[in-house]
Amino acid sequence: MQAKKRYLILLSAGACLLLLSYLGGVQLPAASRSRHDRSRTGYRPDQPWPHFSDPLHLFSPVGHTDTEEYNLHISPRQKRDGTASVYKGKRCRVDSCFDFAPCQRNGFKVYVYPQQKGEKISESYQNILSTIEGSRFYTSDPGQACLFILSLDTLDRDQLSPQYVHNLKTKVQSLPLWNDGRNHLIFNLYSGTWPDYTEDLGFDIGQAMLAKASISTENFRPNFDVSIPLFSKEHARTGGDRGFLKYNAIPPLRKYVLVFKGKRYLTGIGSDTRNALHHVHNAEDVVLLTTCKHGKDWQKHKDARCDKDNAEYDKYDYKEMLHNSTFCLVPRGRRLGSFRFLEALQAACVPVMLSNGWELPFSEIIDWNTAAVIGDERLLLQIPTTVRSIHHDKILSLRQQTQFLWEAYFSSVEKIVLTTLEIIQDRVLEHGSRSSLLWNSHPGGLFALQPLVTNSHLGGFEKLCIKPYPKFTAVIHAVSPLVSQSQPILKLLVAVAKSQYCAQIIVLWNCDKPLPAKHRWPATSVPVIVIEGENKVMSSRFLPYETIVTDAVLSLDEDTVLSTTEVDFAFTVWQSFPERIVGYPARSHFWDSNKERWGYTSKWTNDYSMVLTGAAIYHRYYHHLYTNYLPTSLKGMVDQLANCEDILMNFLVSAVTKLPPIKVTQKKQYKETMMGQSSRASRWADPDHFAQRQTCMNKFASWFGAMPLVHSQMRLDPILFKDQVSILRKKYRDIERL
Amino acid sequence: MYASGKYSSRGPALIPRMKTKHRIYYITLFSVVLLGLIATGMFQFWPHSIESAADWTLDKRSVHDAPLVHLPVSSPIPERGDLSCRMHTCFDVYRCGYNPKNKIKVYIYPLQKFVDELGVPISSTGLSREYNDLLSAISDSDFYTDDVTRACLFIPSTDVLNQNSLRIRETAQALAMLPRWDKGMNHLLFNMLPGGPPDYNTALDVPRDRALLAGGGFSTWTYRQGYDVSIPVYSPLSADVELPERQPGPRRYFILSSQTAIHREYRAELERLKEENGEALLLLDKCSNLSQGAASARKRCCKGQVYDYPHILQESSFCVVLRGARLGQAALSDVLQAGCVPVILADSYILPFSEVLDWKRASVVIPEEKLSEMYTILKNIPHRQVEEMQRQARWFWEAYFSSMKAIGLTTLQIINDRIYPYAARTYEQWNNPPVVKWSSVNSPLFLPLIPPRAPGFTAVVLTYDRVESLFRVITEISKVPSLAKLLVVWNNQNKSPPEESLWPKIGVPLKVVRTKENKLSNRFFPYDEIETEAVLYFNYLYTYKMPGDIKNWVDAHMNCEDIAMNFLVANITGKAPIKVTPRKKFKCPECTAIDGLSLDQTHMVERSECINKFASVFGTMPLKVVEHRADPVLYKDDFPEKLKSFPNIGSL
Repeated sequence: MQAKKRYLILLSAGACLLLLSYLGGVQLPAASRSRHDRSRTGYRPDQPWPHFSDPLHLFSPVGHTDTEEYNLHISPRQKRDGTASVYKGKRCRVDSCFDFAPCQRNGFKVYVYPQQKGEKISESYQNILSTIEGSRFYTSDPGQACLFILSLDTLDRDQLSPQYVHNLKTKVQSLPLWNDGRNHLIFNLYSGTWPDYTEDLGFDIGQAMLAKASISTENFRPNFDVSIPLFSKEHARTGGDRGFLKYNAIPPLRKYVLVFKGKRYLTGIGSDTRNALHHVHNAEDVVLLTTCKHGKDWQKHKDARCDKDNAEYDKYDYKEMLHNSTFCLVPRGRRLGSFRFLEALQAACVPVMLSNGWELPFSEIIDWNTAAVIGDERLLLQIPTTVRSIHHDKILSLRQQTQFLWEAYFSSVEKIVLTTLEIIQDRVLEHGSRSSLLWNSHPGGLFALQPLVTNSHLGGFEKLCIKPYPKFTAVIHAVSPLVSQSQPILKLLVAVAKSQYCAQIIVLWNCDKPLPAKHRWPATSVPVIVIEGENKVMSSRFLPYETIVTDAVLSLDEDTVLSTTEVDFAFTVWQSFPERIVGYPARSHFWDSNKERWGYTSKWTNDYSMVLTGAAIYHRYYHHLYTNYLPTSLKGMVDQLANCEDILMNFLVSAVTKLPPIKVTQKKQYKETMMGQSSRASRWADPDHFAQRQTCMNKFASWFGAMPLVHSQMRLDPILFKDQVSILRKKYRDIERL
Repeated sequence: MYASGKYSSRGPALIPRMKTKHRIYYITLFSVVLLGLIATGMFQFWPHSIESAADWTLDKRSVHDAPLVHLPVSSPIPERGDLSCRMHTCFDVYRCGYNPKNKIKVYIYPLQKFVDELGVPISSTGLSREYNDLLSAISDSDFYTDDVTRACLFIPSTDVLNQNSLRIRETAQALAMLPRWDKGMNHLLFNMLPGGPPDYNTALDVPRDRALLAGGGFSTWTYRQGYDVSIPVYSPLSADVELPERQPGPRRYFILSSQTAIHREYRAELERLKEENGEALLLLDKCSNLSQGAASARKRCCKGQVYDYPHILQESSFCVVLRGARLGQAALSDVLQAGCVPVILADSYILPFSEVLDWKRASVVIPEEKLSEMYTILKNIPHRQVEEMQRQARWFWEAYFSSMKAIGLTTLQIINDRIYPYAARTYEQWNNPPVVKWSSVNSPLFLPLIPPRAPGFTAVVLTYDRVESLFRVITEISKVPSLAKLLVVWNNQNKSPPEESLWPKIGVPLKVVRTKENKLSNRFFPYDEIETEAVLYFNYLYTYKMPGDIKNWVDAHMNCEDIAMNFLVANITGKAPIKVTPRKKFKCPECTAIDGLSLDQTHMVERSECINKFASVFGTMPLKVVEHRADPVLYKDDFPEKLKSFPNIGSL
């Protein structure tokens, strides 16, 4: 019994001891992971950075300046000249290989060499040249030019290609304005040839800049070259197809997670990654297919996988996969860039880049992380895990950004070329260049011109419109002389001036007669500024006058009849839609299938796509865009006809917003009734006028590359408009009474 | 013994009867063990503050304790550094690997003191305060690992911030001796003052193989884009001087030049500018009567008048930052801190963190040869933009310049973003000051740019048990041509929906969803059955992103789900909803009965409460008032009704 108890106590003491040693034992390794504990034990090699308590020196002694020493140094001017002569060729930068002087003198003007007889030019290069010639940058005078474009086709520099231009070196050297390529821009899509496809163009480009597809980060000269996307012969010249995304699905997943379909090269470079794709292919949601069939003698080189791969390849339809996959793999091909990139972008299939060292297209301005997944070829096997780990919200925003970028910069040769030129312009005229936000958000950098830039810090175009200044400036376009005090323009002036939102009225005097005396204008509570029109042309009504201080512009014809209430109501509506044209007289366009052209109608219809600028409010930014974005060819046409300026403005605004204008409460027969009575000279009375407008429609549509106008069936009325309630309860009751 | 007898009489005793001597022995043993156990337990589970408090007193470490390492003369020297290095050629990405947190692991080598064979140290100053701060910040961050085998990036503890204090060749040898050096792969060096007289190279002259360089003062010719990181030159004044943020706006001076190390050619040009433009310019230099030292760094002079530096920077709209012998200038940091817009004249300079920061928003860059035109150029910048730039400049300083910690962690984040680009911060996140926003929904999701082009909508009808009116709604709505699908949300758990055969026959798919609870929020659930975008998108936000407890509140009170939805949408779009057509009443006559939801008196009172409640949860009143309504183009126009697209509107 006693022995038993003694064992018991021994046992419990033993257990306690065990427990003690266990706890202590656990504590030791645990403590060795805690940093404070370890520093106590003295210096050990693998420890975190200790908190030193010594007084330490400053890395740069306070008060120390290198002035004296620096002043002994050569003058900074000499040093600049020194660097300019050293850094040439592959080390060219704007500082060393570009001449700013002509650009600052004459603005950013681009000259295209005249085409020489007997020189063949590929269709793609022809498209590039005609885009530049039709753009607002173009000059036919080399003396004015800041940038020079060759008329020799440099797009395809693959010696085996039928498009290859021979003896380019001599041809280029013999150009009188070549000047070792200074201020020249060379476009290139393909360089090098089988088997190694180097990035050499096969002729000395001197100090010229490159706008090149598939350029590598090693060869890309930052802030000097421009990386452009690889595009095919069939790529639209202007306009271009819209993105394929029709609506957003939530959750944003499609049938496949990741797809690819393309060639696997058996000889020459470019297939290291493609050869390994079959490891990732699972024939279910990750479908990565390659074919060995390319060239004539592929069977000679065929390897063990070819038959199996080829069979699998034929089972799937590329288009079907493209439209039904969340992500699309874009692995390098012979060169770093491939057609898959633009195809995926358009199809709203988020590109997964596997092309190490590719300087992505327009990388200088586009934040590609917002529209693509940039993978690493070395981590191919992790790609499925990586893309599966991307959150749904992120997929949704990546997918939308693909569509924005496609439509803003890639959908046509014109957009690609203009983006290239705009990037170079931003470098050349640095103060005033667009911020990244403008490039990466709607409506994109091509529509973001100078004056918008000054507001860039407010955010994108949309943010610009969030809190517009709560008043408007009326701009009345006057073409007939002031003869009587009952002329509509005077009534209009009084009515508009009474609006509580009116800040000022500008009368644009585009009449051949001299300005009327000041006292002839009625006295108003707001300032009336009379401006003599520049050259008295139609486009001058859309000039960005500095006197316009408000965000909103109320554009008026001299014979417009409007009441104060109508003006007030239209302005309150505009405040909700500051990026659109808001106004009264609505018109519509339609496709005339008999004549195969666009038609213009002023008939009363159930929808409309234009609101005429004879009585409309819009953001003053559109004055800048009209003046600076549109080419002289269109503005010239408007001035010559003295017609269609309102149609052109509607084209422009809809091209930017991709939305229709907004018509506010109908005021019947707003202009039609007025025409016969007062203004004899009214252009509306002219029968040719209407025919001209049909012509304008088609001319404009062809320049825009597509019909930007959008139809709407909506009219905005005051909230109690024609409701069965007392008229006294209605704020805008005058509108009903009219 | 009496006592023992007493014990034994009580039955089984804890301490067995035995000789006293033995018993004492056992008791002692037992209590010692027990005490030990308690003590251990206490130590183990006591809050750790005690432990670390004790620790701080013990942690008096000194840099002088660092082990001494002798460098043999013949010790290998790394190669100069390859200008073609890029992440995909010179960086071993396998060391970083896939990582669910998308975070690189950074190892810091322990401090060693390198000396040559004669015992002369490789650096005249040793570890600087700034480099120590930098390494401490990294070791306290999430990037840090003390496990060298798991590290993706290695940081030597050798301080190379200032090249002037280094012996180039020996420093290079010391780097090559690091145990994991391996041709400098995945090693990161921080250098702020590169080069030395007379040429002042724009990158660190220490040969470093493939190591990445975080350098302050790169030119476009030494910077390896996408590989190196351009960092600011830290200004020690950042830590010593507090400049409260000033409201953006016009300042006393238009342009201020406060640098002391300006080449005499440029100073002459600045003086010419001053002559032309007078008071708008303030041109400062160092004070000749003050001896060099800490005090002189805080003073500037102009014609005998003394100004406090950097405070004087706050008195100017623009501050000139001209290149000195080096491209990177610590003055840039002071200028940003003062909320003064830097005017940077340093040709070919790669601005700090230019990979992620949009300097156009915070600075004006002017070519050196345009120095004489500076005034005109700056005058052309609108006030509004100057104010935005002032704000942005200050914010850049706070976020990325203010401390060695900020500089170090920003550098690591940039490298991190290259390795995990799909988890990278966006350019906007880097550049937009975090505005106080409604936290749970961020708008990248929102899609106004791509108006859906797919025709059709899904009708969602919430019903409890009024079958007759439900059927009437279904019949009416099924006549709409653009209806794609009809979804009935059956919110009554006690009753089953009518038999399939009883439902009206309509031309589009009709689905009935039975809910588990009678909750109003069920109306806004993003059901899988909804395939059209028209309804879906905001349902998703309502269900998953509604802030605070609004959703629960709605379900508990059986009210205000519609108001909550209006708050949600208005808050995201910043716009008012659009009322369509004049109709005002939408309830069937029989629904005015007592069981009808909306007409109850208390119901209306509650709805006012809702508005207040939601506004306080959102922290703002997002609802907007507008005065317009959308009608068909020809609404109430004197026009034959049968030719109108929507002739019946307004007749009800």
